Amino acid sequence: MTAEIQRKRKILDSKQLSRVIRRMAVELLEKESEAKDLMLVGIRTRGVPLAEALAAEILRMEEVEVPVGVLDITLYRDDLSTIAPQPVVKETHFPTTLSDRALVLCDDVLYTGRTIRAAMDALIDFGRPRAIRLAVLVDRGHRELPIHADVVGRTIETRENEVIDVHFAETDGENEVLLLEKLGE
Amino acid sequence: MNATSWVRRDLLGIADLSAAEIELILDTAESFREVSERPIKKVPTLRGRTVLNLFFEASTRTRSSFEIAEKRLSADSVNFSASTSGLKKGESLIDTALNLQAMSPDLIVIRHAHPGVPHMLAERVEAGVINAGDGAHEHPTQALLDAFTIRQHKGGFEGLKVSIIGDIEHSRVVRSNILLLTKMGAEVTVAGPRTMMPVDVESLGVRAVYSLEEALRGTDVVMMLRVQLERQAKMNFPSVREYFELFGLTRARLKAAKRDVILMHPGPMNRGVEIASDVAEGKYSVILEQVANGVAVRMAVLYLLSGVHQEVG
Repeated sequence: MTAEIQRKRKILDSKQLSRVIRRMAVELLEKESEAKDLMLVGIRTRGVPLAEALAAEILRMEEVEVPVGVLDITLYRDDLSTIAPQPVVKETHFPTTLSDRALVLCDDVLYTGRTIRAAMDALIDFGRPRAIRLAVLVDRGHRELPIHADVVGRTIETRENEVIDVHFAETDGENEVLLLEKLGE
Repeated sequence: MNATSWVRRDLLGIADLSAAEIELILDTAESFREVSERPIKKVPTLRGRTVLNLFFEASTRTRSSFEIAEKRLSADSVNFSASTSGLKKGESLIDTALNLQAMSPDLIVIRHAHPGVPHMLAERVEAGVINAGDGAHEHPTQALLDAFTIRQHKGGFEGLKVSIIGDIEHSRVVRSNILLLTKMGAEVTVAGPRTMMPVDVESLGVRAVYSLEEALRGTDVVMMLRVQLERQAKMNFPSVREYFELFGLTRARLKAAKRDVILMHPGPMNRGVEIASDVAEGKYSVILEQVANGVAVRMAVLYLLSGVHQEVG
């Protein structure tokens, strides 16, 4: 299971990362006319600090406090019957109801699109949002489903054996984005 | 990732579990509680899995709780009960097991009057087996939901004083609870009439007392057990009135416990026998929370056991 992983390069350092997030927040506001009915939904684990950082930027620019929800998609995964043992289920919670809100799903890396598929299924079970958008810090390609992001921090060409590793101060002690490579299998 | 990951195929008793595994079940249940509060109380996790609920002994609460947990996880559940099963027609238990296996269920939830039946079944079928009560032996999901409720209110178990009162001898709930609570570091006291106290109970690492007052003094958690009136033919006590007089929990008696005591009962309760009505509904009572938590805990167990099991080779 454990392939050896080698660090290739740093894609974003802390400063660059905050600049990218700031731009993402601007783009998000541009696309949504009303910041008031927005809700950011962070997908566990690293979508949550991204959602919080975006909310902080929006608060700074527009003085609107956008609620941030937390979504754990484990129960909606399509690969539960192939991975062993069962992944740990964490809590999901939303500060308000989802109905009639424009939701922005936030995740660190967009890859196959399967996580986003699961997240959308989960959101629909909680209510009927006005719209669901997608904001990702890194789009690394290799989609397996017809899913695309509305707001993208960085698009990075990757090979299948490469890994994008996003670190946030809240979860990993540091803000940075790294490109890693899996050696052998 | 948690320190422990779940590798078991069956949940047969608390005796088999480590403290870390118990924590993992409780943590997982914590996440599942929220599912029952959603507008759509269902997740697709066990879609396409079949769960057989095999109840050879009457049960409403436990069976419904399992059934609701299964349905909230989108599993297909099929119920067998004693009155309709082949056992009534003379089929042996092993034949029943083989027949069930032929229908290739993913999980079997079983309650049986004889201890060890779930274990026997687990050896013979490929499906995961969950013990929903085997005689006076174990009832692991009840102990887990009790622990979950305690942890919610008290934060943890270390040094916690838990008093279990009533028919200690015939209760599988007690046995599983003692095993679990002592594993987690709680101090357990059991109390009841001498006729309902197993002789070697202290070998389980608990303190045994024969007076309600003594059991209640300074305790954090009171767990009242159901007096099994249907077993009363065995005459373990002279009369219901006398039992209530000596071991019935009243508001006045509960004052001996800590001020933030919680009161539990695995149900179904006999008001006026082991517990006074006003206490059962009073502010210390968490009895209905136990029932709600039962669904979350059973969802957690079903989820964990339905993982893919790779043979360690």
